[in-house]
Amino acid sequence: MNMNATLIGQAIAFAIFIAFCMKYVWPPIMQALEERTKKIAEGLAAAERGRHEQELAEKRAQQVIHEAKEQANEIISQAQRRGNDIVDESKESARVEGERILTTAQAEIEQEANRAKDELRGQVSTIALAGAAKILDREIDDKAHTDLLDELVSRI
Amino acid sequence: MASESSITTSGYIKHHLQNLTYGEKQIETSAGTWEATGQYGFATTSAEAAQMGFWAINVDTMLLSIILGTAMMWFFRSVAKTISTGVPSPVQNFAEMIIDFINDTVRGSFNGGKNDLVAPLALTIFVWIFLMNLMDLIPVDILPLAVAQGAALFGADPHHVFFKVVPSTDPNATMGMALVVFALMLYYSFKIKGAGGFLGELAFEPFGKMALPVNLVLETVTLLAKPFSLGLRLFGNMYAGEMVFILIATMYGAGLMLGSVAGLLQIGWAIFHILIITLQAFIFMVLTIVYIDMAHQHH
Repeated sequence: MNMNATLIGQAIAFAIFIAFCMKYVWPPIMQALEERTKKIAEGLAAAERGRHEQELAEKRAQQVIHEAKEQANEIISQAQRRGNDIVDESKESARVEGERILTTAQAEIEQEANRAKDELRGQVSTIALAGAAKILDREIDDKAHTDLLDELVSRI
Repeated sequence: MASESSITTSGYIKHHLQNLTYGEKQIETSAGTWEATGQYGFATTSAEAAQMGFWAINVDTMLLSIILGTAMMWFFRSVAKTISTGVPSPVQNFAEMIIDFINDTVRGSFNGGKNDLVAPLALTIFVWIFLMNLMDLIPVDILPLAVAQGAALFGADPHHVFFKVVPSTDPNATMGMALVVFALMLYYSFKIKGAGGFLGELAFEPFGKMALPVNLVLETVTLLAKPFSLGLRLFGNMYAGEMVFILIATMYGAGLMLGSVAGLLQIGWAIFHILIITLQAFIFMVLTIVYIDMAHQHH
């Protein structure tokens, strides 16, 4: 247990180890540790961001689905309305058409009837003339009596 | 106990406590005084080692501490070279665990701003002292016997080859480290506070300018006590621990009964000693950090 030059030798060895550690050991390991810390922090931040984005996307997707549903409903109701309109329109036009056909037919009937009446009138006057001629059995002034008859006819 | 029955217990203990010292060979004259021979070699007795004076070197202490220190630096350097920021390998993980622990301790105790030296210094101190202390757990006779038998192959008398396994039980080793720490303390004191600031601190505190001599004495003692307490605490603890191991080992020679008791005692003490080993390394490290931190603080 004597103090001797080992004291100095040990001090030198110690100093060399410290210098080595300070130059070649500590800085690279510390740097790597710091880098890893940074990486982990970044990774966590990215995960957080990702989750946030996912939440947003989900919300947006739900919104889109909601809008789409609304739109679909609107389209359906529009279509229904349009269908009803079309049905109403066709009903209306059918009714109008029917009425038109009816009026045409009535007019035609009336025309026919008038024509038949006219014809009948002509024939009646002729028949009446012939009958009168036969009854009177003599020549009558055609002209004076035709006017008379015409007046009669128009009164029928 | 060694196999030779001629070795007494006290001789065995003394043998274990003697360093392998290399220096100028000394011869004891018939008058009881010592004479230098001018030749260099290993001391064969404790008395001769003591007579070698300051310019001798404890080869075992130097050899083991440098081997351990080199192994430590090799380990950390190899980790530092292959370190990746991705998933660490188990070895890297182990090294990072130690470094994280040191870094946390330094951050907790050191407030002197940016300093690139303190953390590597703390790492070197902690791991190196831990490894040197760890040699204590090797059964006390294994390495000395191996070295003695090895030396015998080269013609040395194995009974006069000393080998002390635990470098931190050599006060030279612990005081050498404490001296480096002391030098760093002085360096930072001068660097941060300037010569005037540091000397002023020594002269004018704690009692003010009127009591300058008292202050000077007190502060100088305080300053010098730091490296001494640092080096001697480690030495004292490890020396005592080693001594207990040696004493337990002497029981092995005292029959089967005491031998088996000694076995249990050795295991128990070794388990307890793991704590002391780590604790002493930790204390040396923390005190170093604190001392260097104090060198940074202005009062």
